[in-house]
Amino acid sequence: MSVAEQSIAGAEARGHGFLASSVGRKVVMAATGVILFGFVTVHMLGNLTSYMGAEAMNHYAEFLHTMIHGMGIWVFRAVLLTAVGLHIWAATTLTLDNMAARPVGYRNQKNIASTWASRTMRWSGVILAVFIVYHLLHLTTGTVHPNFDHANPYANFVNGFKVPAAAAFYIVAQLCLGLHMWHGVWSCTQSFGLAHPRYDNLRRNFATGLTVLVVGVNISYPIAVLTGFIH
Amino acid sequence: MTKNLNLTLHVWRQKNAKCDGKFVEYPAADISPDMSFLEMLDVVNEGLIRKGEEPITFDHDCREGICGTCSMVINGRPHGPRERTTTCQLHMRSFKDGDSITLEPWRAEAFPVIKDLMVDRGAFDRIIAAGGFISVPTGSPQDANALPIPKQSADLSMDAAACIGCGACVAACPNASAMLFVSAKISHLGHLPQGQPERHLRVRDMIAQMDAEEFGTCTNHGECEAACPKGIKMENIARMNRDFIKASLTYRPATSGGGVG
Repeated sequence: MSVAEQSIAGAEARGHGFLASSVGRKVVMAATGVILFGFVTVHMLGNLTSYMGAEAMNHYAEFLHTMIHGMGIWVFRAVLLTAVGLHIWAATTLTLDNMAARPVGYRNQKNIASTWASRTMRWSGVILAVFIVYHLLHLTTGTVHPNFDHANPYANFVNGFKVPAAAAFYIVAQLCLGLHMWHGVWSCTQSFGLAHPRYDNLRRNFATGLTVLVVGVNISYPIAVLTGFIH
Repeated sequence: MTKNLNLTLHVWRQKNAKCDGKFVEYPAADISPDMSFLEMLDVVNEGLIRKGEEPITFDHDCREGICGTCSMVINGRPHGPRERTTTCQLHMRSFKDGDSITLEPWRAEAFPVIKDLMVDRGAFDRIIAAGGFISVPTGSPQDANALPIPKQSADLSMDAAACIGCGACVAACPNASAMLFVSAKISHLGHLPQGQPERHLRVRDMIAQMDAEEFGTCTNHGECEAACPKGIKMENIARMNRDFIKASLTYRPATSGGGVG
């Protein structure tokens, strides 16, 4: 069989499906990633109301639950759940493909260009998935919260972070979010094909800026509670 | 005059694709720093042949850095420690007396080891055959300026066409992804008018073949760009992704009818 015939057979065996292809799944990864880092940015901004006191934060929480006749929050939840599901599906299948692509490793492989963040995406992602489950059980359902009050989100926020172990886990999770976002925000522009020498610095700087902002402000919440600045 | 070098090589020896391989230690004594890396291996091999042992098998051809045949991971880096240098153009003056050098083949499911440091890169040929060409009748060359091409497009195309298909990108990639190679081949045609008619077909077919060969996928580490002896840029991968997205959005299956107005 000639090389050309082998290629036709190979490509047909694989098919041309967008979601079956490597690049297609990377685009799914990037698109859901944009939804997720968009969400964490808005989430970080919303929580700034905690610095404005109990009334402001509780009022904001009430707004989230009542917007569009109470439908708004469910639309957000549906979109986020779908995005998280697709993000994890793409990450898992791509990771398995990547591991299968090099069954025998090197004795020593030198990393020249990759960053610690890029090499730990899988781990920071897994820690974030565990954190999200904990975070929902902690401050949304209150299942693992010491004294949860559905009517008073601000009190839940303050009392939740007064437990040092909980605050520490939040801080560690935010550092993982930082690693994940710093590589992910830049990386998604590459997956979408948004590369041009004119915007290369902008892409890096945007990723760094957004990461520092989101992670910095998010870490300030448990620290503010532990130091008594928010009480 | 610089002193000759005495080195220790740790070489991956593997009889064929089916056998398990292992590292074997060889001394490389009295090596001139002016030798190329491949000449050093030739000297070691002559010693092995004289002793009646099997010489180390490695790929090589032009020995002037343009054919893309030489391939081996030297101390954890494809083509060795120097940037934009193929193994054949690497000289022993890049090493110090007493150095230990580990030699491994390209490691990828899609590049099975044929013997020792030589791997089968037929997967690249099949990717090219899947779409890395233009379908035009070839005859006598047309006038040089019959088809206007901006200088910048020609330059970008030539930069991508500098890819020699050695596979260092796959070898360096932590995921054994071939996207730098495939994107270079897609870009060098995509920048030129002759490449346009089959542009969308090409990107879909080549990526389908790349996936069928079981290469990994890009996670944007950038190791490929750092290892590439020809300086192919990751910008090409972004261009390939862009073409693939457009091609997937506008894809129409081939029909036997049509064209009737």
